[in-house]
Amino acid sequence: MLKILYFAGLRERLGQGSEELELPAGVRDVAALRDLLAARGGVWDCLLTLRNLRYAVNQQMARLDSPLCAGDEVAFFPPVTGG
Amino acid sequence: MRISVQEGDFDVGAELAALRQGNPQIGAVASFVGLVRDSNDGAGVAEMSLEHYPGMTEKALAEIVEEACRRWAIIDALVIHRVGRLLPSEQIVLVAVAGAHRGEAFAACEFIMDYLKTRAPFWKREVTPSGARWVDARAADDQAAERWQEPGAD
Repeated sequence: MLKILYFAGLRERLGQGSEELELPAGVRDVAALRDLLAARGGVWDCLLTLRNLRYAVNQQMARLDSPLCAGDEVAFFPPVTGG
Repeated sequence: MRISVQEGDFDVGAELAALRQGNPQIGAVASFVGLVRDSNDGAGVAEMSLEHYPGMTEKALAEIVEEACRRWAIIDALVIHRVGRLLPSEQIVLVAVAGAHRGEAFAACEFIMDYLKTRAPFWKREVTPSGARWVDARAADDQAAERWQEPGAD
């Protein structure tokens, strides 16, 4: 399983903060997971259209080419604005 | 090193006293306190709420402080960041660095704050007269963090 988290404006837009997903065959990196989720259509398009979307894998900042394995925690979120 | 992500307020005087207590090698403490302003991007701000990524936030802050300890000869550091609902003039964040001399304390404090702004997973949502909105990241914050980029780093 993958645990997927969404935060802030993205969480609101998608209408959910988290989900679990069986790691689909052929999904080996963050980009492939993003494309798979965006293919749901509707609001999920924003995973492709939002500027500067950020990613984390296992609570570390990641990139689109960061690899994924079963059991990983993946997060999608807008640029951070703390401080 | 103390890292805290908390809803409650903090007492700057008490925190700075605790940071330097019992260590006569400390000759300088530099600190930064961030506050909620009552306006942003041309609109009044009645209140703010701060969301974060529990678990990753604490790790990201600890890594930033560890990086500061690697780069400067500092003795100790402290980061407290609040989450949840906050009103104008309330304290949001405290960064404090203790060192032997002011130079490394100032630099490390500014570095921690610049990296926190661009790398720690917090998000601000503010309530304005025209409704609630998520605060946009600023290019100036990215530029401030890039100043600290080491040659050859990713």
